[in-house]
Amino acid sequence: MAGQSDPHLSIFSAAEVEFLAEDELVKIIPNMSIDALNLICGDFGPFYPHILTEVPIWLAMALKKRGKCTIQPPDWMSLENLTQVLEAERDSPREFQPLPFHYVEISRLLFDHAREDIPDVHMVRTLVEDIRDVRFHKVESGFEEINTRTHAVKLKNLSAMEVNIVRPFFVRALQAFYKHGDPQMILQPDTASRPTNVGDRGPRRDLRPR
Amino acid sequence: MASGSDEGLGFGSEDIDASSISALPTEVELLKRAWRNEKASPEILQFQEDVVTNARLQIEHMEETVEAYEEDGKDALTVSLYQMDLDRTEFLLRSYLRTRLQKIEKYMIHISKTELWNRLSKAEQNFATSCKENMENHLKQSVLSRLPYGYQDFCKQSISSEEDDMVPQPQLDTFVFCKSKKTVGSFQLDEGGDEVVDLIADDLYVLRYKSIKPLVETGQIDLV
Repeated sequence: MAGQSDPHLSIFSAAEVEFLAEDELVKIIPNMSIDALNLICGDFGPFYPHILTEVPIWLAMALKKRGKCTIQPPDWMSLENLTQVLEAERDSPREFQPLPFHYVEISRLLFDHAREDIPDVHMVRTLVEDIRDVRFHKVESGFEEINTRTHAVKLKNLSAMEVNIVRPFFVRALQAFYKHGDPQMILQPDTASRPTNVGDRGPRRDLRPR
Repeated sequence: MASGSDEGLGFGSEDIDASSISALPTEVELLKRAWRNEKASPEILQFQEDVVTNARLQIEHMEETVEAYEEDGKDALTVSLYQMDLDRTEFLLRSYLRTRLQKIEKYMIHISKTELWNRLSKAEQNFATSCKENMENHLKQSVLSRLPYGYQDFCKQSISSEEDDMVPQPQLDTFVFCKSKKTVGSFQLDEGGDEVVDLIADDLYVLRYKSIKPLVETGQIDLV
């Protein structure tokens, strides 16, 4: 069993993560009237022209594709906010800024299907991509800190898609360290009271040569 | 497992105006939670009987509604929106059940020999039993009966093995990504009490499944 790859490592497909994101609510302005919808996932509407209302993204996308509404981008997707987030993201190399758990998927869905509804769409898109890059870089440098002492990792504000992308490597690495680091843990009692925060983990140790 | 007592919003609570979301989780949210946990956990979890029954009822009800709307000549757009909602719920339910079936197929012997058996629904138990029988018969006929005496056991490598050493078991030492709905506080990660983690609401952690197993089973923590 030892060398076998674990199918549990990537448990959600990207499409499934997007599926979850599609249940997040977004504001739309319909251009026609529809009766209230009593759906399994909740009650939405009634819809009147030019009256703002809130619906799940999948519903918004369905209406948008048929030209029945415009979508109001969420507040966090404004130029000002994203500029701020990007700056903060760059200024704090060890923390992730709070963004919606599904920010990657939501922005992607809106860029793909509702670009004309987003003011300054090119700038916004570039900002979101930059934020993603900066965050991924942080995740990658966080990888270097995993060692035999790592029993817990805190990833405050890491988003759903980011989790999904790093999961296989992260789990695999932690498992390997856990397995190989065990006897060492017993020999070194000083590692006992190690804090669990990503920020102040003990000194980095290189892998032992095989 | 207390499947009925669910505090907090569960999913989709990141939205800025939380006031528009009702405090009680909907059936779909409960199902989604069960689905996520089941997919992310290495071993099979308690079957969520109430959640599945309610989801089934709602799906049936919605199927009737959609049919009635179609007969009444309701506008195509509305019908298609109801159909989409129905499709999404059906997907969740199917994927939940299928995920469990995959685990049962993989760990059927282990499950049938441990207390995990009680986590299965009646139908799943029947499936597991027949699955195990088929596998056993198949292996006996095709391979085991042709092996030399002492190497013919379904669960053991050889007659000298004291335990069943050919039974695949879920790997509980694996690490999982999880989020607590409310602050759990200091939580002990190992038996020695040396490793303690402070679990704060809505923060994301990567922890060893074995150590947080009780929190998953009591619904205090969600796997993501």
